[in-house]
Amino acid sequence: MRLVVDLNKCQGYAQCAFLAPDVFAMHGEESLVYNPHAPEEQRERLARAVAACPVQAITADGLDDSRDGGEASDAR
Amino acid sequence: MPADHVDWLRREGRIVIVGASLAGLRAAETLRAEGFTGELTLIGDEPYEPYDRPPLSKSVLLGMASPRHTELPHRREIDAKWRLGVPATGLDLTAKRVRLADGDEVEYDRLLIATGVRARPWPKEDEARLDGVCLLRTRDDAADLYQRLKAGPRRVFIIGAGFAGSEVASACREMGLPVTVAERAGAPLVGALGGVIGAVAADLQTENGVDLRTRVTVTGLEGDSAGRVRAVHLSDESSVEADVVVVSLGSVRNTDWLTGSGLGAGPRGIACDAGCRAFDFRGIVTDDVFVAGDVARSPHALFGYQFLSLEHWGNAVSQAQTAAHNMICHGADRRPHLWMPAFWSSMFGVNIKSVGVPPMGDQIMITQGSLAERRFVGVYGHQGRMVAAVTFDNTRWLEFYQRQIERGAPFPVEFPTVDRRPEGRQPVDADFPDPSLPTHGPMVTLSGYSPADQQLLFHPARH
Amino acid sequence: MPHASMLRQITDFANRANPYPIYEELRRTPVLHEEDGPYVISSYYDIEALLHDPRISSDAANQTAAGDDELSQSEGTGLPPSFIRLDPPEHDRLRRIANSSFGPPHRPRRIESMRGELGEIVTGLIDGLGDTRQIDLVDQFAYPFPVTVICRLLGVPREDEPRFRAWVDPIVAGLDPDTRTSAESERVAQEARLQLGLYLNGLVEQRAREPRDDMLSDLVNSRGPDGAMTTMEVLSTAVLLLIAGHETTVNLITNGMLTLLRHPEILERLRNDPGLSVRIVEELLRYEPPVQIVPQRTCITDIELRGITIPKGSRIWLMLAAGNRDPERFKDPERFDPDREDIQHLGFGSGIHSCFGAPLARLETQIALAELARRLENPRLVEDPPPYRQNAVLRGPRHLNIAFDNLR
Repeated sequence: MRLVVDLNKCQGYAQCAFLAPDVFAMHGEESLVYNPHAPEEQRERLARAVAACPVQAITADGLDDSRDGGEASDAR
Repeated sequence: MPADHVDWLRREGRIVIVGASLAGLRAAETLRAEGFTGELTLIGDEPYEPYDRPPLSKSVLLGMASPRHTELPHRREIDAKWRLGVPATGLDLTAKRVRLADGDEVEYDRLLIATGVRARPWPKEDEARLDGVCLLRTRDDAADLYQRLKAGPRRVFIIGAGFAGSEVASACREMGLPVTVAERAGAPLVGALGGVIGAVAADLQTENGVDLRTRVTVTGLEGDSAGRVRAVHLSDESSVEADVVVVSLGSVRNTDWLTGSGLGAGPRGIACDAGCRAFDFRGIVTDDVFVAGDVARSPHALFGYQFLSLEHWGNAVSQAQTAAHNMICHGADRRPHLWMPAFWSSMFGVNIKSVGVPPMGDQIMITQGSLAERRFVGVYGHQGRMVAAVTFDNTRWLEFYQRQIERGAPFPVEFPTVDRRPEGRQPVDADFPDPSLPTHGPMVTLSGYSPADQQLLFHPARH
Repeated sequence: MPHASMLRQITDFANRANPYPIYEELRRTPVLHEEDGPYVISSYYDIEALLHDPRISSDAANQTAAGDDELSQSEGTGLPPSFIRLDPPEHDRLRRIANSSFGPPHRPRRIESMRGELGEIVTGLIDGLGDTRQIDLVDQFAYPFPVTVICRLLGVPREDEPRFRAWVDPIVAGLDPDTRTSAESERVAQEARLQLGLYLNGLVEQRAREPRDDMLSDLVNSRGPDGAMTTMEVLSTAVLLLIAGHETTVNLITNGMLTLLRHPEILERLRNDPGLSVRIVEELLRYEPPVQIVPQRTCITDIELRGITIPKGSRIWLMLAAGNRDPERFKDPERFDPDREDIQHLGFGSGIHSCFGAPLARLETQIALAELARRLENPRLVEDPPPYRQNAVLRGPRHLNIAFDNLR
């Protein structure tokens, strides 16, 4: 699953790092680092993190079963 | 433009986006989201689908992410033709055609240029070719650099202490690697944040074990007989042995391909109006060519209508959305791109964020916290107004200052705050370097009032 | 318009079961000021802005200087104020130290790793309901669950709960509007806080000698870049976490079950899809936030809001629950809709004082609601509305009697 965090919005509440610690981590008290390519087994935790973000800064695709990835279907 | 033309365009026009990175992707999504059903083509010089760059100097170098997997999530299906790995090489405004490196030509009814920037290379080409001399802009750059860092070099040398260079230095220290940083100015980050904040960044580096050399330039890179870099020579006549050299001298706008096209494009980017329509070289706005992202420079009402070119992630997203909207709507429905400049960085575990245009400020006050603790809010002022703010590990207050800037709040800041210290009561010189001597790629370039200003002198960063 | 009574209506117990019509009326005067009362702020954007405004203080000392009102709790002389009643830099320092034993970056997995344990406690409580067809959800589940969790996390013996509950109740009652004029209840609350502190001090001394894997041990032994907490700071932090750790979650769980029972189609969906609990909890935090009001702020300089000058020293109430249903911010705000695209609620506050325990409260409530939905067969409310607790700030049912056909 791909994800991106709008770090302009992010205010370091760390909810994602609590709820999906293998995908998101705090580097210091306030800055967030994350893996933009979360492995499949993190799906449930990633969904919790996305929903919990107090500033709704996380965009992820492939979270729903109906995968919306434009990447595979678009012809080169 | 007759209304029926726009309706036709929305329905069956051809839109070409040159640049398949963040701005290009978000523009494509917006076009589809707003009902564009015609033919959409994305052209990108890299062979990869759009990926995110900020992680390349942060989570990738910290080992949390793979440089090969920072592809951006798609917000929706965009049903586009992708021409990836093929740079655009020319533009014919009259015939409405983009020329590609493979000889192909792509016709458009409307064009969006989002070609961004590339890393400024080391100017001496033979030295730049030495093995171990690296740039950091693309995912290939990041993969290469990460491999070299993981191999445990004896010392990493970073040329330029802007955000990118400082972030790489931070990652190196995290990996336990000895690192030297050379900066022509008096401190890191001075181009973007001024000398007062730069001094804090300097302390941060040295306390974390960076060998920071300021007010020096690199005069040459020395290779060994096998063509590997082995030493860096500095203007103070010293030299430093290093087997990885990261050239972090800011960026060059990707406008070369537009040379001779008649667009108002040059080293400082492509001038456009607040609605993202490109100017031609005469300063006349075009109807069918739009610009977004790092390569654009556009006037901002909040900052004296100065033309801002912003290498900011959020600007790319916002401007792409505005440009896409304006490309397929009637004149009266167009929106101006009035995004409040904002950026973030993190280094040595400290979160740095900013809103507004710090280099426009001539004075700064620390309104919360303290520089010594490296947790603070700094406010920049210009001509009696607040024009920017920066936080170190204080991001939750930043939106307050953004609103103050939007309202043109007065400067100096007189009001008390919950953490106002005596040191922050008086404004001091923000200590930006002479703007005619740019450091290694300040994040914001104030580039005058005239859309196709031919009088601007460009000073390439040199060491 | 007779706004003279608005403040009374907020605190009036008669409106506890459904304060939302009052909040709707409040929003028509988004900056409400009655005589010498507080400035009451009820629109989403204003609340959000003030939660990030550095001219607004949470410091108990500023509040006292401004004169107390019925919802503000002075923490008195026994223990120093906890970080919730402090401004930076003291707030930041204490919260950082507390966080170093709770969450990222220092303890990134402490809460996540409790998930299995949370599930077991929930299962144990539901199994323990026995052969019954009716329960009081509050006493039999929504209270004991978070109490057990916070006890384990802090390192407080669960069997001491009856003892400290005797102190917790008066402390929480100290927030009760109806006790506002009672110096006696104020004194009782202070005394209870001190007694709870003394009780915890026994545990803290023990943990200083023999640290275990719990937060009390970490708090008393913290020696990070921010230095150590004093013993008094450890105690007021522990009191805060112990109380906040269950007094708010009990309401979130109970409000959650009440709301689901009023929306049986969503309860049914949750039964079939436990993952829906994630969105349900976020929407609950908007729709029925457990902390309805932040009454403890003071402005330290004149501030201007919607053309009204709020003078320096004024007390401010931020009406989180009113902002959460502000139609300027949320489409169809009176509708409970876990599917809404945009649930950026104020349920945990925002800014530097945003809820410390939010990730734990989220996990607890997600697991609790999903399990209740799965295991209670054909659940229904015995009375609607249920009886409420007195408190207007920490608002929730005192009892929630639920009948059902069977336990799955």
